[in-house]
Amino acid sequence: MSVQELAKKQAPQQAALGPVGWLRWTWRTLTSMKTALILLFLLALGSVPGSLVPQRGVDPDKVARLYEQNPTLAEWYDRFQLFEVFTSVWFAAVYLLLFTSLIGCIIPRTAVYLREVRRKPPAAPKRLSRLPHSASFEGELSVEEAARRLRKMRFRVVTGDGWISAEKGYLRETGNLVFHVALLGILLAIGSGSLFGYRGNVLVVEGDGFANTVAAYDRFMPGNQVSAESLEPFSFTLDKFDVAYQVTGDKRGQALDYTAHLKVNDSPQAPARDYALKVNEPLEINGTQTYLIGNGYAPLFRVTDGEGQVAFEGAVPCLIEEKATMTSGCVVKVPDAKPGQLGFLLQFLPTSVPLVDGRYASAFPGELNPEVQVLGAFTGDLGMRSGEPQSVYTLAEPEDMKKLKPLLMGDDVPKPLAVGQSVQLPDGLGKLEFTGVKQWITLQTAYDPGRVPALVSAAAAVVAIAASLMIRRRRVFVRVGEGRVDVGGLTRTEGSAAGFTEEFAEIVQVLSAGDKDVR
Amino acid sequence: MSAEQLAEVSDLFVVAAVLLYVVAMVAFAMDLAFGRVRPGKAVAKSAARQPVAVGASGADVLPETGSTSVPVAPEPPRLAAVAGTAGLVLAWVGWVANLAAIVTRGLAVGRWPWGNMYEFVVAISFAAVTAFLATQLRHNVRFLGGFVMVTAALGLGLASKIFYTAAGPVVPALDSYWIAIHVTAAIVASGLLTLAGVTGILYLVRGDGMSRLPSRADLERVAHRAIVFAFPLWTFAVIAGALWADRAWGRYWGWDPKEVWSFITWVAYAAYLHAKATAGWKGRAATIVQLVAFGCLLFNLIGVNIFIDGLHSYADVD
Ligand code: HEM
Repeated sequence: MSVQELAKKQAPQQAALGPVGWLRWTWRTLTSMKTALILLFLLALGSVPGSLVPQRGVDPDKVARLYEQNPTLAEWYDRFQLFEVFTSVWFAAVYLLLFTSLIGCIIPRTAVYLREVRRKPPAAPKRLSRLPHSASFEGELSVEEAARRLRKMRFRVVTGDGWISAEKGYLRETGNLVFHVALLGILLAIGSGSLFGYRGNVLVVEGDGFANTVAAYDRFMPGNQVSAESLEPFSFTLDKFDVAYQVTGDKRGQALDYTAHLKVNDSPQAPARDYALKVNEPLEINGTQTYLIGNGYAPLFRVTDGEGQVAFEGAVPCLIEEKATMTSGCVVKVPDAKPGQLGFLLQFLPTSVPLVDGRYASAFPGELNPEVQVLGAFTGDLGMRSGEPQSVYTLAEPEDMKKLKPLLMGDDVPKPLAVGQSVQLPDGLGKLEFTGVKQWITLQTAYDPGRVPALVSAAAAVVAIAASLMIRRRRVFVRVGEGRVDVGGLTRTEGSAAGFTEEFAEIVQVLSAGDKDVR
Repeated sequence: MSAEQLAEVSDLFVVAAVLLYVVAMVAFAMDLAFGRVRPGKAVAKSAARQPVAVGASGADVLPETGSTSVPVAPEPPRLAAVAGTAGLVLAWVGWVANLAAIVTRGLAVGRWPWGNMYEFVVAISFAAVTAFLATQLRHNVRFLGGFVMVTAALGLGLASKIFYTAAGPVVPALDSYWIAIHVTAAIVASGLLTLAGVTGILYLVRGDGMSRLPSRADLERVAHRAIVFAFPLWTFAVIAGALWADRAWGRYWGWDPKEVWSFITWVAYAAYLHAKATAGWKGRAATIVQLVAFGCLLFNLIGVNIFIDGLHSYADVD
């Protein structure tokens, strides 16, 4: 009996329902196969906008752009939580209902399963020639011998007076049940991962270190149940970052390999060890994985102010403007410069070449001829003391920007600086020196206790679904007597009659093999 | 041979495969056009109910093999049989050219040759033809030949004209043994599902009356078989993808557009299997569900790669 039929049988009568009746009705409806399927469809349908509308968690810039371009639409998207589909209330509702529905269907199905697995094949029908598959042959065959041969073919056998009834393919139901339990396992694993796991992003420049604490991250996304103390206490230093580029052919400039050479301390007491971090080869420490997800350049600058003091010295991570050539934009802010604060907008060209119009561009992403083009130098209040959080990638807020006094701009800017060269600011306000090049990498650290359970459940689901799809429930009946043997067979599975034909012929052959047992 | 030469040879093999598939299609079309007209009701089923003689091979997917107890139109003219055989031979030669294109491309680039959309589509076309030819070895599904050939030729043509990517290395993220596992599974599954999709379309085109195509029931059986094989493979491909994402991106599931759409595709095919198994859906309704699922598969392949950007945007189509 299918679950549907079962559900039909148990369907509530039309009589008036009390509160308990309503509860039962709700529960039955929720745990019916149809509802589960509808919920599954809804989950799939609900994920469609998640793939079409930009998601805040993935691409916040795109969301911001949409707000600028089409505020009305963005408002509406926001109203329906379409910018964060996968954490939205309605998505969670579908997910939880599906979860409940699965539980509600596994329990009764287990009972059905246990009954089904223990069930003996039914008695053989009178006229086997009526069955979809049938054959007969002349010969003597005892009931015991037929049963023996069928058992040898791994059938479950029941015998009677002159008849044998056999069935196999019980694993089909097992597969089916395991599949549904495994599905539940996947949902649970994902849930536990989002409660007890965390994710963090951080940018590290060559020579700098990182210790796994909440404060060290540029962006930290913890699950509900994560406390600051629960982070794995490892640390590392980025010694050096290497990139290999394709240098010839159509794909010139394409990255071939990234390697971040780390010195890792698995815990504060542990000795340092070397680790080569690569894409596809995360650093794993006690279930916490650290991934290499991005890289770029961090040129080194020294700024001397109008009073001859070194007001800034260090590496400045630049944002990539053009991936193919790694042309990058950098901002140097010098709030400590005197008499006035200084700010620079720069462009880093890893392989600088002059263009015909007198400007410069990068021709290759590797560091073959690193130069820095000054785009603008400013003095005035950078607005850094306001206490508002500041982006390190923009010089100042637009309104503050208007108040700055340009020192170098447009045609005044010098030609790009090579390493060791510097540019003097007008009015003796100071000097910017380009002193070297380092690289930065961005890392993502992730801890997700649900990964292994999710994998195990998923693997179980695949094996189980394969079993439940490939295995046929099939029955074979034999009637013997009067020098004649009748064999009949049927499958209890849709769409598999064709494949059973061969097997049935084989079974008949085994049964008709006379004294010489063909197996 | 240098890598450049190998890459050129590979491109030539693709062209050869397209031409061969097109000629094979014409031959298969002649086979259908001059072949016998078949009744609309399922014949295989009634054949299967005939007592099976000991040792005889029973009714198969299609009525041709074995059972002849069903009234059929007179023997088809010789021309059809010759055209059908020619179609098969041409399809096999095309298959070899397609295989050669993949192998030479792999040698030229020194890695698994499915690192971008061009290579992927070439491989899926190959998988679809393989699925057809392999099925043909056991069951007579010659009627499908012409349609599979068109599909494969279109796939290869589209790949060469629109998705073409010069031979070269892949980005570091793709430089992993997971490509062999995850993508190979997806290719094989997609090839089989394409076969099922083509059969599904034929189902809708074919009426219930007399036609040169096999009965609807037979068409449905072919499609169902292909999906039953493909579904676990597809599941495996998705899971392998998740495992790879765990290594490469730092999470096993993140609702990236590609992930979303493979999930949707998975659900759609699961719904088809479910509908057939439990609700006993048959015929038009089941076929439509199957084709919707196939549409999701195609959208995941083409739409997501071209129109939506995400982490999976390795397709390399500009
Ligand atoms: C309340 C929840 C559910 C119930 C009661 C249920 C029931 C069943 C039953 C009875 C079968 C066996 C069909 C047969 O007789 O062969 C089955 C098969 C299957 N179920 Fe479910 N199911 C539920 C939820 C789901 C969900 C959520 C999924 C998918 C994510 C799913 C996917 C499948 C698949 C793929 C099959 C295989 C179809 C086949 O056996 O040919 N089921 N389910």
